[in-house]
Amino acid sequence: MPTDTENRELISLPTAELLRLAPFAGDFFSSIGLELPAEEISTADYFASLDAELLEDLGLERQTLAERFTAFMELLENLKSGIDSAHIESITIRGGHDKSGRAEEFDLTVKPGEVICIVGPTGSGKSRFLADIEWMAQGDTPTGRNILINGAAPDPSQRFSIEHKLVAQLSQNMNFVMDLTVEEFITMHAESRMVDDISSVTAAIIKLANDLAGEKFTPQTPVTALSGGQSRALMIADTSCLSTSPIVLIDEIENAGIDRKRAVHTLVDKRKIVLMATHDPILALMGDRRLVFKNGGIATIIDTSQEERANLVRFEEMDAMLGAVRNALRNGELIGKLG
Amino acid sequence: MKLITIAGPPSSGKTAVTIKAIAALQREGVHVGVVKFDSLSTQDQTVYEKQGVAVMSGLSGNLCPDHFFVSNVSDCLSWGAEKGFDLLVIESAGLCNRCAPHIQGVLAVCVIDNLSGVDTPKKIGPMLKMSDVVVITKGDIVSQAEREVFSYRVRQVNANATIINVNGLTGQGGHELGKLLLNAPETPDLEGRLLRFSMPAALCSYCLGQRKIGSDFQMGNVKKMDFK
Repeated sequence: MPTDTENRELISLPTAELLRLAPFAGDFFSSIGLELPAEEISTADYFASLDAELLEDLGLERQTLAERFTAFMELLENLKSGIDSAHIESITIRGGHDKSGRAEEFDLTVKPGEVICIVGPTGSGKSRFLADIEWMAQGDTPTGRNILINGAAPDPSQRFSIEHKLVAQLSQNMNFVMDLTVEEFITMHAESRMVDDISSVTAAIIKLANDLAGEKFTPQTPVTALSGGQSRALMIADTSCLSTSPIVLIDEIENAGIDRKRAVHTLVDKRKIVLMATHDPILALMGDRRLVFKNGGIATIIDTSQEERANLVRFEEMDAMLGAVRNALRNGELIGKLG
Repeated sequence: MKLITIAGPPSSGKTAVTIKAIAALQREGVHVGVVKFDSLSTQDQTVYEKQGVAVMSGLSGNLCPDHFFVSNVSDCLSWGAEKGFDLLVIESAGLCNRCAPHIQGVLAVCVIDNLSGVDTPKKIGPMLKMSDVVVITKGDIVSQAEREVFSYRVRQVNANATIINVNGLTGQGGHELGKLLLNAPETPDLEGRLLRFSMPAALCSYCLGQRKIGSDFQMGNVKKMDFK
């Protein structure tokens, strides 16, 4: 991908040469409603040759086209380099205060591969907490919290850059609104991330999603025909492989009908910071820490102890037992007396 | 007084996000007023009033709503100044996707929603392409992948805008949008200012009330489709 200074020269290259250097440059023309210029014509000459009436119809001004082109090429480059350089070693949340102004006395530092659970009743401030992270609050939100990236205040320009978005959110009430097959859908996402080997990334994601989902689906299944569990599995696989956001928030995963432990492990393996809003005993104990929300603030941070975690085996046995009963019901069997 | 133009396709959530942003600003003591432009009728007046926001509605009726907007925008500014607002928001509907009420030197916001589909950013003209802030709504009901593709497509057509996700129901992002609105420059006067882009041309016989179909009845600025 060309560097910043070269972008200014790209505009003078014949289109064939431009597309050889930057294959995604063709999207620029289609995105603003223009046809791809002929191979031997440079972008600059093409802009100069466009009919005034056509530009008027498209709502474009000739003098801003070159600027738009440069901005677009810079965007491509940032996205491309963002994948390699957006290296996050830690995110620190410096406490602010709750709704009554009581100080939160903590500095919480989280690192890739950690699992943090969020607990507390509705309205206790969980959403505001996420908004603080997402907006990279610098003492300028109602909670007064500060977010540090790799130990330092982030550059203000990062706040709105889509390349540096901190949180990917996998919520329970999500839908697919596009009428595409699973393969087309993931391919489209991979294209927007400018991944090099789109078809193998797509295949890997679909395989991973199938490993997580109870019921299998194919690359040709329309996304709108996926069950709730399959959709969640697909989005977990997709986010772990394609999203650049270092933090993944998942809520209500216990109701998703997928292998929830493996789902969390998948994200951890991909070095995501996993935030889980959950009151599920197994998931909560899988977490390294629990943030307890009360009255708009974090009241306590509990490190999961050995003692707590020792219960995990028991909970998993109970879970397996309930799972077996559920399957028996599904298969029309009778439930015998419990031993 | 600071002036802001907010535009976006119908039902994209303009009023909902504007209210969330205003609520955050009101908590910080900013005095905000709203002028709402619509074509046929608007219930949004009461929605704003409920929030304790001074609001004025303008209905364009059988005139082009955006042309109606430009003809009245100076008076909106005078009204706001008279009322002593710190910030005046003018909300208008971008009904044909080619119009843009955005004015040079005035903070321009475009609201579009994830539900409209990933091809929508291409289909919206200067209203989106020439705005300073793009608010994307309804993110909570689509998948993470679609959110990422959608904001990427917005970035493709407007690489310089600030993109912000706001949930018009829960208000998540409203506080942040409010902060962005406060960055608007002061607008003491609009006389002689330029629209960021010309509005679609009109003035054919149908603008003047003609209802009959057929080439004998078409006069003025008429354009024909090419079926070759």
